[in-house]
Amino acid sequence: MAVAIGAVRVWRQSRILGQAALLLLRRPGAQGLTISHPHRQQEQQFSSLDDKPQFPGASAEFIDKLEFIQPNVISGIPIYRVMDRQGQIINPSEDPHLPKEKVLKFYKSMTLLNTMDRILYESQRQGRISFYMTNYGEEGTHVGSAAALDNTDLVFGQYREAAVGAAYAAKRANANRVVICYFGEGAASEGDAHAGFNFAATLECPIIFFCRNNGYAISTPTSEQYRGDGIAARGPGYGILSIRVDGNDVFAVYNATKEARRRAVAENQPFLIEAMTYRIGHHSTSDDSSAYRSVDEVNYWDKQDHPISRLRHYLLSRGWWDEEQEKAWRKQSRKKVMEAFEQAERKPKPNPNLLFSDVYQEMPSQLRKQQESLARHLQTYGEHYPLEHFDK
Amino acid sequence: MAAVSGLVWRPLRQVSGLLKRRFHRTAPAALQVTVRDAINQGMDEELERDEKVFLLGEEVAQYDGAYKVSRGLWKKYGDKRIIDTPISEMGFAGIAVGAAMAGLRPICEFMTFNFSMQAIDQVINSAAKTYYMSGGLQSVPIVFRGPNGASAGVAAQHSQCFAAWYGHCPGLKVVSPWNSEDAKGLIKSAIRDNNPVVVLENELMYGVPFEFPSEAQSKDFLVPIGKAKIERQGTHITVVSHSRPVGHCLEAAAVLSKEGVECEVINMRTIRPMDMETIEASVMKTNHLVTVEGGWPQFGVGAEICARIMEGPAFNFLDAPAVRVTGADVPMPYAKILEDNSIPQVKDIIFAIKKTLNI
Repeated sequence: MAVAIGAVRVWRQSRILGQAALLLLRRPGAQGLTISHPHRQQEQQFSSLDDKPQFPGASAEFIDKLEFIQPNVISGIPIYRVMDRQGQIINPSEDPHLPKEKVLKFYKSMTLLNTMDRILYESQRQGRISFYMTNYGEEGTHVGSAAALDNTDLVFGQYREAAVGAAYAAKRANANRVVICYFGEGAASEGDAHAGFNFAATLECPIIFFCRNNGYAISTPTSEQYRGDGIAARGPGYGILSIRVDGNDVFAVYNATKEARRRAVAENQPFLIEAMTYRIGHHSTSDDSSAYRSVDEVNYWDKQDHPISRLRHYLLSRGWWDEEQEKAWRKQSRKKVMEAFEQAERKPKPNPNLLFSDVYQEMPSQLRKQQESLARHLQTYGEHYPLEHFDK
Repeated sequence: MAAVSGLVWRPLRQVSGLLKRRFHRTAPAALQVTVRDAINQGMDEELERDEKVFLLGEEVAQYDGAYKVSRGLWKKYGDKRIIDTPISEMGFAGIAVGAAMAGLRPICEFMTFNFSMQAIDQVINSAAKTYYMSGGLQSVPIVFRGPNGASAGVAAQHSQCFAAWYGHCPGLKVVSPWNSEDAKGLIKSAIRDNNPVVVLENELMYGVPFEFPSEAQSKDFLVPIGKAKIERQGTHITVVSHSRPVGHCLEAAAVLSKEGVECEVINMRTIRPMDMETIEASVMKTNHLVTVEGGWPQFGVGAEICARIMEGPAFNFLDAPAVRVTGADVPMPYAKILEDNSIPQVKDIIFAIKKTLNI
């Protein structure tokens, strides 16, 4: 206990010092790399009377006590939330006070997604589609963050450094856009996550790194994925403003993303949001998670801490929703998904001559010859092929 | 003669003998430009022409480039267009790809292409395949450039040739300039191309001066991607090469010319898409083929040329099997005597030509 408290104190101290240093580094008027300054590094005030450190690599005080900074995994970065597990607002000043229609849109989006997941998972089992990944338990992270973005913002589902490049381009164009890059706590172990964070910070890009920490990377639990305090603790190491949120609380996700977006665009700097959540379903249709976790654990999250349930409690307590509407919406959303699915199944496949296009902007001659050869072949032998399933 | 008018750039001195009497006037020495300066010029002109073009890589800005290829560019264009990056090829190649997807036209410099292996996922999976995977919706107008192949005394991990590796991939264009004209024209074409283009330069060629024809001095001078150049006409044998070995082939041709053997030397200029028409037409004329490359033999550029010759009309015109001259099939040795003998030398090319011609 004493060790933990001592560790927190040291960590907090260094965090405060670090933040002060960060403020020192951010000179007013500096527009990132666009200032023309003969020296790339900050100017050093050399004064031989002062015993202050002069190293270019860090802005910090001296200490004469040998002490290693303790990684804080027992009492990690706190988790921001707005609602409790029963959907009640804890601190009224954090309530986003969203209008009824908007909150209903949140709820309908999350439940529609859930319905679509069930239907498509089943259809994979029936052999109608080849592969599917469900979102069970993580609907709050998707909907809460997406709702906080503008229509012109760019979304990267992966490709961490490409997201930074796009953010750099957006900054160059003064486009008033943010780039958001989603990834899991497993993908955060990739080398390119390190590169992405570092470049976003050094190039001062308007980007939100949104990490969905759902407890598992396929079968690898977080205890085997990292030893530090999750992903949020890595942000400050790169000079990135970071926060950890309750991913199953759609308002917390919304508030954090909204504020991060506002500041990323206004200040041209990256943000890191680690949304804590739980993957209720299997990793994909190729996975059976009962091989590596207990049914009890899964049931706990499904029953006791589900983003959809929590928002439903919020809606019910305000009288914005009831059982009748729930039944009707379940039916309606299922019908919507089924109709879209059947319509998609009826669509013909793309024309075979599209096999050859879009390798390059202009089709090279070898591919054109092959395309023409296929066309001739189909003219003669077309009856032996199921051409009726393909676009004309 | 009266056709000479004030519009002609070339000084009147060149036709002085007929029009005016001038003393102590000689024709101006042909302009000599090194490959390094040619690439620098090409990039400078394209940076000026289109503000979406920018250069990023390690040491490209204040340091003027690890091999000084980007000399003067940072001073002229500043931090926004010439960007120094942290040491992460995977990182800055990915960022460049993202920037290209979002509408900019980056030139991504690898200090050597050996380091591009750190970033190869970005080059192949993020750049080369994206246009196809997005059904034509998302283009990636990016240029990856840097020195490729053997240098001098930099040993195995810094001497690999990547022509075959990148030439293998659909979605990429790959060019390999030899002289200054190639270098300037190809870098400009690569920057203007809307597809991802890999430009394989050569460190040992950077300092070599070549005569720069007047057309090459124009800001709109382009060497088309996908078109080879016949550097030397010949009748007895076709010798196909790319990058620095082209110079060795020309030296071999000069030696053999004295023995009455006239070699047709083709400078490929582009690895992908390969200009097979030029090579086939030449083989159909000379009936013999030797390919010369610095890279390893297996699955190499020469192997591809031979396979395609077999598949096309030129096969029936061959009087002897084609022969490949390549780098030795070993990681590049460090000892100088071994390194010298691990890359094709003029004597190896002469030997291969004579063997093919059975002389």
